[in-house]
Amino acid sequence: MILRALWILPACAMLLAVAIAHAEIPAQERKSGAEFMSPQTQAMQADDASNPGMLAVLDGEAAWNEKAGAANKACADCHGAAEQSMKGVSARYPAFNAATSQPIDVAGQVNQCRAERQQAQPLRAESRELLALTTYIGLQSRGMPVAPPDDERLTPFRERGKALFNQRLGQLNFSCAHCHEDNWGRKLGSAPIPQAHANAYPIYRLEWQDVGSLQRRLRNCMSGVRAAPYSYGSLEFIELELFLAERARGMAVETPGVRP
Amino acid sequence: MARALINVPAKAKKGEIIEIKTMLSHPMETGFRPSDDGKLVPRNIIKRFVCTYDGEAVFSADLFPAISANPFLSFTLVATNSGVITFSWTDDNGQTQVQTAKIEVA
Amino acid sequence: MKTQILSTQILNIDPSRRAFLAGAAGAAVCVIAPSARATPEAMAQAIKDFTGGKSVREGGVEVDIPVLLESGHSVPTIVRVDSPMNAQNYVRAIAVFNERNPQPNVGVFHLTPRSGRAFVSTRIRLGDSQKVVAVAQMSDGSFRSGSIDVIVTLPACVEGA
Ligand code: HEC
Ligand code: HEC
Repeated sequence: MILRALWILPACAMLLAVAIAHAEIPAQERKSGAEFMSPQTQAMQADDASNPGMLAVLDGEAAWNEKAGAANKACADCHGAAEQSMKGVSARYPAFNAATSQPIDVAGQVNQCRAERQQAQPLRAESRELLALTTYIGLQSRGMPVAPPDDERLTPFRERGKALFNQRLGQLNFSCAHCHEDNWGRKLGSAPIPQAHANAYPIYRLEWQDVGSLQRRLRNCMSGVRAAPYSYGSLEFIELELFLAERARGMAVETPGVRP
Repeated sequence: MARALINVPAKAKKGEIIEIKTMLSHPMETGFRPSDDGKLVPRNIIKRFVCTYDGEAVFSADLFPAISANPFLSFTLVATNSGVITFSWTDDNGQTQVQTAKIEVA
Repeated sequence: MKTQILSTQILNIDPSRRAFLAGAAGAAVCVIAPSARATPEAMAQAIKDFTGGKSVREGGVEVDIPVLLESGHSVPTIVRVDSPMNAQNYVRAIAVFNERNPQPNVGVFHLTPRSGRAFVSTRIRLGDSQKVVAVAQMSDGSFRSGSIDVIVTLPACVEGA
C-alpha cells in the first residue's frame, strides 16, 4: 500500500498539471475499457472457451437451478429460463426499488429475491455464488446496449453519483473525473487510464485472478488515491453505478469482461 | 468438484488436426503467498493433467505453482475416430476430477 | 532472443518487506518473497534434471510470449517446436522454466505423434523481469531449447490493502 502510494504520486502530479476543467467525453469518442487492453487480453475476453469469466457463468447457471431457503424454490422456479427472463436486465440496472424507495443494483435485487422469495440467507458481497449469479444474469444482456431506465425517481440519485464522480477524494486529492475524463488514454505508470465505463461487469480481473464486481473495481480506484473505499452495497456505490450507467448509455454490454 | 470449461469440436474429418482448449476453476494457490494475517496460504495446486483418447494418453502435463489460477491448457490432437475424449485434473491431495467430451469423426 | 516489456503487478510479496522497500527506495520495485526465489543457477539445475545432463541445442523452439502484457498473473504463453510429429520423429515433451519466480519449474507437457502439432498454449505467472526457457525432448532423445527475456513492471490502482 505504501509502496503503491509513493509510486503513484509522481505519476499523479503529472496528471494534475494538465487537469483544468473536466471535459465530458463526447459520444463519438467513447471507448470501452477493452479497447485499452492488449490484443491478448482482448482475445481472452472474446473467446468463450478462453474467457475465465465463463467459469463463473457456469457456476451461475447451476445456482440458478438450485432450490434454496425455507421456500425451497430455485430462481428458475419463478423466472424460468434466464435466457428469456433475464435478457436485458443487467443493461437497465440499477433500477428503482419501490419497496425501499431507493435504487437497487442487480446484486441487490438477487439478494432481495434470496431473502424474500426464497427465504434464504442473503449472499455475501463478492461471494462466489453471488458473483456467479450476477455474471450469469449479466451474460444474458451481452451485446445489448446499456439502457438505463427513464425513471424520474432515479434522477436525484444519479445526480449525486455525478457529484461523487467529480468530487476530490483521498490523500492524493483526485476525483474520478481527473483520471477518467481529463486523462483517459494517458498512462498512469505503465497502465493506460480507461474512460471508466461499467459495461463489462462483473469482470474477470487478471490481478484478482478471479471474477469481481464493479464495486470491487471502484474500491481499487479509491485505494489508488488513498481514499477510504465506500463499503459494499452502500448508497454511494449505487449512485456511482447509476451515473456510470448513464455515461455508458448505448454502449454494448460485454459481461463477462476480462481486464488486467 | 470444480467447474471445467472444455472446447472440443463436435465434428472433425479423419486425420484433421483439432485444437482442444481446457480451463478448470481452481485458485492454483502457490504456497508462497501470505494471507492477511501474514502466514503463508498453504499450497494447493492442480499438479497433473491427462487427456485420453481411445484409451490412450495422448497429451499430459505436470504443472507447478507458476501456472496461473484457473489453469488453461490448449493443445492439438489428430482426429482418428469417433468416440470420447477424457480429461482429468489431479490436485495436491490426489483428488481427481474427470470430464468427457464426444467427438464425431467422419 | 527477443526482449519484451510486460507491465504487471507483483506476485508473492511479503507485505512487511514491501513497506520496507517503499521507505528505502520509494520507487516501483518488483519484489518476490526473498526467502523463496529461483536463480539462474536454480533454473540451470532444473533444466539439467529434465535433460539428465545431456547437451541442449539452441533453436527450433519458439517461446511466444506477447509484447506489452498488462499482467504477470496470467501471461499467455505458447511454445512451438519444429517437428513433423510423425511416428518416427516427434516431440516427446516440452518443459518450461523461469529464473526468478519462487521455483524454476513452470510445467512439463508430454506430447505424442497423435498430437499432430508440437504446440502447447497455457497461462503462466511471472513475478519479475526474467528469462523464460522452453526445452523440448525429441523422440530420438536429443534436446533443443528456445528462450525469451521479459521485463515486468507495475500497473495502477490494484487491490487496496
Ligand atoms: C489516479 C487515477 C484514477 C482515479 C482517481 C480513478 N481511477 Fe478508475 N481507473 C484508473 C486506472 C488506471 C484504471 C485501469 C486499471 C488497470 O486496468 O490496471 C481504472 C479503471 C476504472 C474502471 C474500470 C473500467 C473498465 O473498463 O472496466 C472504472 C469503472 C473506474 N476506474 C471508475 C472510477 C471511479 C468511479 C473513480 C472515482 C471513485 C475512479 N475510477 C478513480 C485510474 C483512476
Ligand atoms: C418465489 C419466486 C421467486 C424466486 C424463487 C426468485 N425470484 Fe427473482 N423475482 C421474483 C419476482 C416476483 C420479481 C419481480 C418483483 C420484484 O421486484 O421483487 C423478481 C425480480 C427479479 C429480478 C429483477 C428482474 C427485472 O426485470 O427487473 C432479478 C434479477 C431476479 N429476480 C433474480 C432472481 C434470482 C437470481 C433468484 C434466485 C437466487 C430469484 N430471482 C428467485 C420472484 C422470484
